[in-house]
Formats: sequence, structure tokens, C-alpha cells
Amino acid sequence: MALLEVNDIHTYYGNIHALKGISFEVDSGEIIALIGANGAGKTTTLRTISGLMEPRDGAVRYDGEDISSTRADLLVSKGISMVPEGRGVFAKLTVEENLDMGAYTRRDKGIKDDLDRVFELFPRLEERKKQFAGTMSGGEQQMLAIARALMSSPRLLLLDEPSMGLAPVLVDGVFDTVQRIKNEGVTILLVEQNAHMALQIADRGYVLQSGEVALSDTAANLQQNETVQKTYLGID
Amino acid sequence: MLQMFKWKTGEFSWVDFTIDVLRILIVLAIVVGSWNTLSEGRISFAQWVNLFIAGLSQGSIYALIALGYTLVYGILLMINFAHGEVFMAGAFSTVFLAEALNRTGFLNQSPVLAILLMILFAGLVSMTVAILLERIAYRPLRGSPRLVPLITAIGASFFLQYTFRGLYGSGFKAYPQVKILQGVFQVGSINIPKVQIFVFISALVLMFALYWLVERSRIGKAMRAVSENKEVARLMGIDIDWVILFTFGVGGFLAGSAGVINGMFRPQGVNFFMGFIPGIKAFTAAVLGGIGNIPGAMLGGLFLGVIEAIGPNLVLAGLGIPGANQLKDVIAFTMLVLVLIFRPQGILGERLSEKKA
Repeated sequence: MALLEVNDIHTYYGNIHALKGISFEVDSGEIIALIGANGAGKTTTLRTISGLMEPRDGAVRYDGEDISSTRADLLVSKGISMVPEGRGVFAKLTVEENLDMGAYTRRDKGIKDDLDRVFELFPRLEERKKQFAGTMSGGEQQMLAIARALMSSPRLLLLDEPSMGLAPVLVDGVFDTVQRIKNEGVTILLVEQNAHMALQIADRGYVLQSGEVALSDTAANLQQNETVQKTYLGID
Repeated sequence: MLQMFKWKTGEFSWVDFTIDVLRILIVLAIVVGSWNTLSEGRISFAQWVNLFIAGLSQGSIYALIALGYTLVYGILLMINFAHGEVFMAGAFSTVFLAEALNRTGFLNQSPVLAILLMILFAGLVSMTVAILLERIAYRPLRGSPRLVPLITAIGASFFLQYTFRGLYGSGFKAYPQVKILQGVFQVGSINIPKVQIFVFISALVLMFALYWLVERSRIGKAMRAVSENKEVARLMGIDIDWVILFTFGVGGFLAGSAGVINGMFRPQGVNFFMGFIPGIKAFTAAVLGGIGNIPGAMLGGLFLGVIEAIGPNLVLAGLGIPGANQLKDVIAFTMLVLVLIFRPQGILGERLSEKKA
């Protein structure tokens, strides 16, 4: 059974029909890439899964349970964690306090171990523990946003455009990190405009177009697909 | 001050010109008034010190109430104009407890315990009122235009005033005297009333407790996270509604305890309308310090209290204005207008960003 099952969801912004029946599945341990142009509905899909928006029709099932209308803050303790678009670190909180907020729903003893784990993944954050998050560079803030999401010890990690606004040198680092997080057993749903990088680390991918799934295949096949190459990979 | 005399360099504007004239007139009035008062020498040094300390005590009460305005503003960008009534609710309700404690003699037998009990009771009453206010009057309006909750707050304010008038009547009731707070401490030639020291110290303790709560505790961090970005806070698993309710509760508790402290300090007593002036003064203090800023509210409160105590005697008396001491409210609200004209972000506040404006 799939860990996440998105079944024909329709989501609206007011009267604007943003998602017109999107369906896909994410199996445990996979990296799934959602690619597509601006306005294709990638972010809306993540917002619907994470509980920030409610689908008007269709269902989101997580671990066999219908979570379509469960509030975002309640999904965190169920194991869904999201890194929002534009990072969204708390600028006026220190790095350490940001990580504390990531573990807000937890009271178990494993928090300390997880803190060590994310510091191992991002040694830079340990050096900047006491610094206000707003004073860090874009790349460091992205690290913090991912680290913070990991602090809730998620089973499913939703990543919204982790490479956005980063220097090309840093982009490689981000995708490397995503790969490493997968190897630790976290399932990842990745939304990216950088289709090239996303398909390199993903197992399977879905191409969204105007709120619908236009194509779905293994990442390797999508990389060979002529339409995908032309439209999203910039290969003629 | 960087923009001073802007009209000289840029294009002439009557607004800038008027503001500059206003600046000069204010400075002139302060200098001339102070000079006259000091050269007349009617008020001795010891009396100035007394005024200063009385100002600090009154100011620390303003500060406690101001924190409620600032906490709520920090999280919801909304001014809870019914906060003065939250203060009144605690102060007015606890006067009956104080009378009962006085009748049994407990108040003077173990005054520390009795006062703690009163503060706790008043804090809980005000907290309950603040929480109900949020739950019933403000939460359904979240997301509506900003004018709507503001008008609701004014309505809620009247509702609370007349509800408490209905409950306890419209007369004044005075807090009973506590013996250990009577009399003065002598430091050299200066006599400091003991009650003022009590007011100042208990307010400091409460403010320190709040500071610890916001800076160190888990819920305090969540409050700061919610105030910065509600959506991301939800993605952390924070229940926003609960944090907002908690914030109202904390502000209410501080206001209620300020009510008891105020009752010990001011013998003229409490009634259903008592929250109005302190409420507006505390709002002034919060704006003065920079609304949304916690140390700002504390500083603004103390500053306003001192200005109010010293200003009339120093400036207004020197300008030959009769009955200067009765004009302290004029000083307070003049301060509000001046801050809004010259430094709308307050002493410690940041300039309003796009998001907040």
C-alpha cells in the first residue's frame, strides 16, 4: 500500500479552479518529483497535502487514513513535514530556536539525537546556533528550513522548490542532501522547477500542466521523453 | 531627526514646515518652562526625587497594562481597545476579596500571602475576561478588514463596563489599607512611601516573569513564531488558535495583577469606569515604546509615568499655567500625539514594514 495516495483532488483559490483532479501515489522510501511550469499547480498540490488548503473534492490518504480535511498542525505529529516555498525560517528566532520549533510537537527523548543528526548533516548550523536566522545567507536558510522540517522526525517530507533562489554551486548541495535524507529512510515528495536535477535523484516523476497530471513515469524514462526534454529540460 | 528641515533642501511643503515650527515651539516651551521653574526654586531636590519615584511607580502600572496591548498587537496586528476593561474586571472583582480578607484580619496578619492571593485572583479574573473576549468577540472576525475588530473592541469595552456596573453597582469601592505598606522609608533627606516601593518591585517581578516566558519557554518561542509567520508556524505543528488565546490570557493576567497593585497604590478606589483612563494611558505607553515590542512597552510605561509626574511641575508650572498638577493627562496625551507625529514607530520600534502597515 502506498504511503501517500492522492486521489482526484480539486482545490480552489476562491473561484479559481487550481487543481483539476490530480491523482498520484508515493510509496514508502521513494523520492517522487512533481515538475511543471509556473502555475501548473505544484505548490497548490503540496499545500493541499500538508493541510494548509482543503480540497473541495477528492481525497488525500496518508498511511491508509483520509487526511483531506485534517488541519496542518495536526498532520505534523502524524509524520508529515513540509519545507515551504521561500524557506520561511523565523528570522527573529535563533537557529537553535528555529530547530526547537521544528520539534514543537515532540516530547520524547529522541529530540537530542535528532538535533545531533541534523548538525551532522549541516555542520554549518551548529556553528551558527545562537545566530538569528534572518542574518544568514539564502543557502544557510535553506539548510535551516530542511533541518527544521527533519526535527519533527517525519516519515514523509514535502519539499517546495528547495533550489529556488540559490547560487548554482549550492543547488548541487541541496540535491545531495535530499538524497542523503532519503537514504535515512524518509519518503520525499519534491516539487521543483529545476526538472533536470529533480529527475536525477527521483525514482518516479509526475509532470503537472494547468492543474492536471500530463505525464507520469519513472524518472529515467521521463528524462528520455521528448516532450519533457523540450519543455522542461531545455534539450532540443 | 535626519529629516529635520527637509523643506529647505527639497521642495517646500506646508506639512513639513508646520511640523518643524511645531518642533521649535515644543523645544522652546520645554526650555523656557523648565528654566523658569528651576530658577524660582519652589520645588526642592528631595521633592523632585519624590516626584520621580512616584512617577516610576505609576509608570510600572502603565507598563503592566501596556504589555497586554503590545502582546496582542505583536501577534494579531490588532489593538484590543477593551484591554482597559480587562484591567478593570480584575481590579473591581478583587476589591471584594480584599474586603473579606480584611474583615477576617488575614490581610494584616500575613499580608504577603494575602496580597499574593489577591494578585492571583485578579489575574485569573482578568485572564478569563480576556480569553472570553478573544473567543467570542475577536476570533470570528479574524481575517476581516482591520477596522472591524477595532470597532468590535470599542463595543466590547462598553459591554464590559456596563456588565460590571450591573454586577457590582456604580459606586466607588476602596481597597482596604495594608498596615505594612503604610509609612515611608527614609533615605537621607528623602522620604519614599513604602507602597511605591511595593508597586515598583512587584511590577518588576511580573515583567521579568513575562520576559522569561517569551524568551525562554516553549510556548514563548511559539508565540514569537506565530507573530512572525502564522502559516509556517502551523507547518511546525503549532496550534495557532491556542497560542493566540494564550497570548490574550497572559496579557489579561498582567492587567489583572496591575489592577490589584493599582488598588494598593491609589486610595481613591475602583469602579466600573476605572479602566478607561489607565487603558488609554497604557496604550499611549505601548505606542511610545513601539507597539509590538515588549521591552518597548515596559520602557514606554515607565517613561510615561515619570513624564506625567515631573512634566507638569517642571514645564507647565514654569510657563505660568495655573493648577499645573491637574494637567498631567494633558501631558500624557500630548506625548501620544507628538510620538505619532515625530516618531510613529516609537522609541524601540522598527519602522512599520509593508506587512504590518
